[in-house]
Amino acid sequence: MAGKRHQNFQLNEQGGLRHFLTIDGLSRELLTRILDTAESFAALPGRPVKKVPALRGRVITNLFFENSTRTRTTFELAAKRLSADVLNFNVSTSATSKGETLLDTLRNIEAMHSEMFVVRHNQSGAAHFIARHAAPGVSVINAGDGRHAHPTQAMLDMFTIRKHKGEFTPLRVAIVGDILHSRVARSQILALNTLGVTEVRVVGPHTLIPTDARAMGVHVYHDLDQGLRDVDVVIMLRLQRERMAGALLPSEEEYFRLYGLTNERLAVAKPDAIVMHPGPMNRGVEMESEVADGPRSVILQQVSYGIAVRMAVMSMCMQTYEAGGEGA
Amino acid sequence: MNVSIVNGRIIDPASGTDLHTDLHIHAQQVVAIGKPPESFQAHETIDAEGQIVCPGLVDISASLREPGFTAKGSLASETQAAAKGGITTLICTPDTSPVIDSPAVIEFIHRTARKLRRARVLTAAALTQDLEGQQLSNMATLRAAGCVGLTNVRHPLSNTLVERRALEYAATFGITVMLSPEDRHLRAGGCVHEGAVATRLGLPGIPSAAETVAVARDLALAEHTGARIHFRTLSTAGSARMLKEAQAAQLLVSADVAAHQLHLTENDVEDFDANCHVSPPLRTLTDRDALRQALADGTIGAICSDHQPHEPDAKEAPFPETATGISGLESLLALTLRLVDEGLLSLSDAIARVTCGPADLLGLPYGRIGVGTPADICIFDPEICWTLDAAEMLSEGHNTPFHGWDFQGAVTHTLFNGRLVYRR
Repeated sequence: MAGKRHQNFQLNEQGGLRHFLTIDGLSRELLTRILDTAESFAALPGRPVKKVPALRGRVITNLFFENSTRTRTTFELAAKRLSADVLNFNVSTSATSKGETLLDTLRNIEAMHSEMFVVRHNQSGAAHFIARHAAPGVSVINAGDGRHAHPTQAMLDMFTIRKHKGEFTPLRVAIVGDILHSRVARSQILALNTLGVTEVRVVGPHTLIPTDARAMGVHVYHDLDQGLRDVDVVIMLRLQRERMAGALLPSEEEYFRLYGLTNERLAVAKPDAIVMHPGPMNRGVEMESEVADGPRSVILQQVSYGIAVRMAVMSMCMQTYEAGGEGA
Repeated sequence: MNVSIVNGRIIDPASGTDLHTDLHIHAQQVVAIGKPPESFQAHETIDAEGQIVCPGLVDISASLREPGFTAKGSLASETQAAAKGGITTLICTPDTSPVIDSPAVIEFIHRTARKLRRARVLTAAALTQDLEGQQLSNMATLRAAGCVGLTNVRHPLSNTLVERRALEYAATFGITVMLSPEDRHLRAGGCVHEGAVATRLGLPGIPSAAETVAVARDLALAEHTGARIHFRTLSTAGSARMLKEAQAAQLLVSADVAAHQLHLTENDVEDFDANCHVSPPLRTLTDRDALRQALADGTIGAICSDHQPHEPDAKEAPFPETATGISGLESLLALTLRLVDEGLLSLSDAIARVTCGPADLLGLPYGRIGVGTPADICIFDPEICWTLDAAEMLSEGHNTPFHGWDFQGAVTHTLFNGRLVYRR
């Protein structure tokens, strides 16, 4: 029942995307459509993404309450490739610290006739909150909210996986590290299960695995060698330094010894397994440089696919373009 | 003024009364049940045909916001809401500004409420000064000023030595201490139950152990100090189990549960509904059922509203940043009666949990109907079906997760001290 509420809220009456807040409640068909649409934007290898007039004259606002140059830049590039006008607001230090509420900020920016908000916020549920209060016709894309969701990152990871593996069904995927605090992991788990992979594993110490993780449809491993055995895809998560202060881990050294990815440990995975990381990476903490820069690593491709995937989501939310689609 | 309530079904759990009869009120008191006294002339007669006449409800925990937070509610608005909810006695919590830690604030609240004449407002005073958990409040002075118990509300003590001393000092005067069991370190900035829903929504969780660790500690200190303790708003199955064991071991310990904990679970937080942001958090179905069971077998002696009205802005933010609490006065009886429909409690037991139950826990003479008792009466029609509409609430706070819920059984009249304070 709750899932349906999510779905209805994100989708328009025709079942298309209205907002993109979470993978939760979206169908396999819709996720596939996002990937197909992204494919149509991603040009031939080695050539930049082409520019299309899909959102000419539309105003898209990047509303970032949390600093992230990298994510903001890919959204900005995606919007510009779609010929939209882009406004950038970094609200973290300005308005809200002066007592202006999130809703005040929203109303002010709406007055600039923005038709889409790309929102990043440090609180789980912030994108839902903004979507619920945005004016009718305004779409909200979640660019990361607290520990909750980062659905465009998850979709670009799915895009990367599909590029390399073709289909999802036979795959075993291991996600390693700080699952507890990771919005990326939550969205990846939902996407992988929706797309029908054989198995999703999460690997980490008890302190970094959330309660009832199994309810998300994953197998929990505490031993990296067991967790990586025979997997097709390894996703390493970023470890924040403050986890040590929060008594979740004793030290980076012990973490790397137990959960850091080395070529040696990768040997138990499938011979053609790929290694991913949503970035930014701590070399020598999550993985050694030989792996990050090695032949199995697809980390840099992830970044370049990010633009095409975000173009797909933006254009689908604004109903202007869709692969093989009904859009104008 | 003389009032007769005729043709109703009088249910008074305290005396075991369940009779179709009449009730007569003179000079703010019940003067007769059945036939009126000789030469009694009713100035007003309420025909309660088909309705239930029970004691006015006693709500053991309500934050009434005045003084200090009048944007959220005032004694005027909240006593009006109470009257609509059939509540005639409110124990207001000390989380006001200034905090209820001086006779002046108690006097202010009592005086204001007496003028309003809509409900009896009693005070639970602060256990520590300014609720800061460091210095003991002037307990004997506060008791002399009229407080009925001591509590640090949702600011549980983190220093166990201060808690020990507070319980010892309160025990000197036989004052009941109402504790919110929560280990603040284990709470760790959480906002929902640490479980499957928190995991999926990525909301920081509060483990059940945040409560059970505190219950264990509080029980140990109660045993050590001999203090009379009462747990406020329990939320976990583990707490209910420990409470039952402690009572079996003859410890002087009691507890209440908030009405919403008996009906909602962590699943209701789906979609980040800030009206379900409460403290302690909504927990699992297993916890809810254990709380219901503890209520049914009497381990938990009272249901309270845990009323916390808020202005709209307090709930208009991303979930973790919203204020906790539900405006609960106007749904207390409805949620309690629903437990009867669901087969958990008999009608008489359900009424007991919101009348003589809470009154007895604090040694108060209210929540009962008998000749000579104050004429605090709630009359409700068990057949009326209604839908809760937040916009129609009389409380200043319209923050309720029960908006749109259908209920059966509605208050038709509330009398406080013999005076009609609400009529549907």
